[in-house]
Amino acid sequence: MAAVATNSKKNGFFLWGMSPNSRREAIWGYIFLSPWIIGFLLFTLIPTVATLGFTFTNIVIVQEGAKPLAFVGLDNYTTLVKDSQVWESLLVTLKFAAIALPIGILLPIALALLLNSKHLRLANLFRTLFYLPYIIPFVAAIFLWSGMLNPGTGWINQALRAFGIANTPNWMEDVNWVYPSLVLIGIWGIGNDMMISLAGLQGVPTELYDAAKVDGAGFLTTTLNVTLPMISPIIFYNLTLGIVGLLQYFLVPLVLNSGTGQPGNATLFYNMVIYKTFFTYQNMSYGATMAWLLFLITLGITLVLFKTQKYWVYYAAESR
Amino acid sequence: MKKFKFGNLFKDSFTTLATVAILCLFLSPLLYMVFTSLKTKEQMTAQGSPIWPAQPATFTYQGTVLDMYNVPTDQGIKALALFKKGRTESQFIDPANLNAQPYTFAGSYRSLDRPWAFSPSWDNYSKAWNTINFPRLFFNTLALAFISLVGTIASCILVAYGFARFRIPGKNFLFTLLISTIFLPAAVTLVPTYTFFVKIGWVGTWLPLLVPTFFANAYDVFLFRQYFLTIPREMDEAAMMDGAGPFRILMSIILPQSIPVIVAVSIFHIVWSWNDFFAPMIYLSTREDLQPIAVGLNRFNGIHSTQPQLVQAAAMMTLLVPVLIFLIGQRAFMRGVVITGVEK
Repeated sequence: MAAVATNSKKNGFFLWGMSPNSRREAIWGYIFLSPWIIGFLLFTLIPTVATLGFTFTNIVIVQEGAKPLAFVGLDNYTTLVKDSQVWESLLVTLKFAAIALPIGILLPIALALLLNSKHLRLANLFRTLFYLPYIIPFVAAIFLWSGMLNPGTGWINQALRAFGIANTPNWMEDVNWVYPSLVLIGIWGIGNDMMISLAGLQGVPTELYDAAKVDGAGFLTTTLNVTLPMISPIIFYNLTLGIVGLLQYFLVPLVLNSGTGQPGNATLFYNMVIYKTFFTYQNMSYGATMAWLLFLITLGITLVLFKTQKYWVYYAAESR
Repeated sequence: MKKFKFGNLFKDSFTTLATVAILCLFLSPLLYMVFTSLKTKEQMTAQGSPIWPAQPATFTYQGTVLDMYNVPTDQGIKALALFKKGRTESQFIDPANLNAQPYTFAGSYRSLDRPWAFSPSWDNYSKAWNTINFPRLFFNTLALAFISLVGTIASCILVAYGFARFRIPGKNFLFTLLISTIFLPAAVTLVPTYTFFVKIGWVGTWLPLLVPTFFANAYDVFLFRQYFLTIPREMDEAAMMDGAGPFRILMSIILPQSIPVIVAVSIFHIVWSWNDFFAPMIYLSTREDLQPIAVGLNRFNGIHSTQPQLVQAAAMMTLLVPVLIFLIGQRAFMRGVVITGVEK
């Protein structure tokens, strides 16, 4: 991240210790920042704090009207710890992430390496066409894929049968195949990550490749020792946002099966349970508690990731 | 410059052909959608029907439409037109050889298979168009996309300008705070925000979807800021000497040099907006007349899920606009990914 001009700290507090010029500049700065600051207070900070407040109360909206509001201390938290659905859905989310994350990180890079190959003709055309599905609204993509993956009439199983495989999977109706199905739907949108990786690959100085060639390194060695370290900031970026996104994953199964969790409870993702707690059971306090747990998990993982950065992320130079 | 080598030619064609093969697999769902959206309801359930849109073949003979059947004859199975129906034997004519004697098949014609002929059923599109009021959905989606685009561009430019050009106490902290909102799960702010919008009577209107876009968002502010930082300050300073105020400098120095990033952010915003589903779903669930197309498509699937050909036609209409925008503006898109992607 580019360095930000440091503010000149003189004696005095905040705007008051400043020279008139600096003060004018700071005031103008705040005026320009004000849309975000107001929006942050209204739509982020206050709601987050309010949600935290909810976790100590018993807000449940039921048909007959709300129960009297009461402070319940840590009741929601003790329920949460003992609630098997919470832990099962968290496990579902983590299991799915364990499958989806490596693929979501490696496949765009692999595709970018292919599309960056000097042996590829019409490279720009290919880039455009591999990017294309990313543009498609995900609700449309889901219906498209649920047709493709239809056990009887879908093209995937028809192709498998054409290759002589009689025992074709039931894809989204089978507990063992539903995650691969969801991953497949996700893979369809890798175009953007692919292009970002590609831009990264093209930013690797050619001298490094020349040097590797002189040292007699083959494609694999060059990729592992030159290319990947050089694009590690992009891998880090995709990894961090990938984890944050996967922890909140639920929209695709929500559209697929309206949040029933079918097959079995395999698609009852953690965020799906939060959503249902809010909008189906209308148990606002408990949903809020679950949401805060998600927040803490996300925060924890993100902080750990940022700490590990220094071991594997290589920033060539801070200056640009 | 690349020298011509036979080895290169081999490697080039191998790489390119392999990429073509992967691409065909990758884009095959689109072909599936096009084909399925043009099939009849009968073909969807018919056993052994082709993967392309087709209907049982017919042959028009002297003004009457005759059904075609696969009839076993001495010369193997032939596609013939049923000319005279009978319970135990039927007469067929050969469309390829009309002068020949009608062929008599001893057996029930009902036991015979029918050949398929390519025949797209375009009325799936008009059915889908009419049953769910697509013009209305298109209008809603476009209106939401463009109003929120104005909000996003205007607010994010102002905020990014503030971050890029002014010495402000606490700026680093505020910027870290801005970026960290990317990591905040949406569920944490959902209920209070929703309750607030219920209280002020905004649920069931577009306001909860539009108003927040006028208060900037982390992604776009970050992109604009990174771009503004690459614009030399000398011109700002020269304009300031001439007495231009901060707002004037933004409008006449910064913005004219920022067209690429404005274009990139705009394109991605429209795609994002076309894709947006969750917020419109929860805020407009009771107002079908105000919903954008992603929500409408989901509703359509709920009603017609037993008729995949209609769902695929509706999905096709949903993705057509963004895909066309992409194909027309693909140059700007690809430049946009580089602008938005490389600056970490």
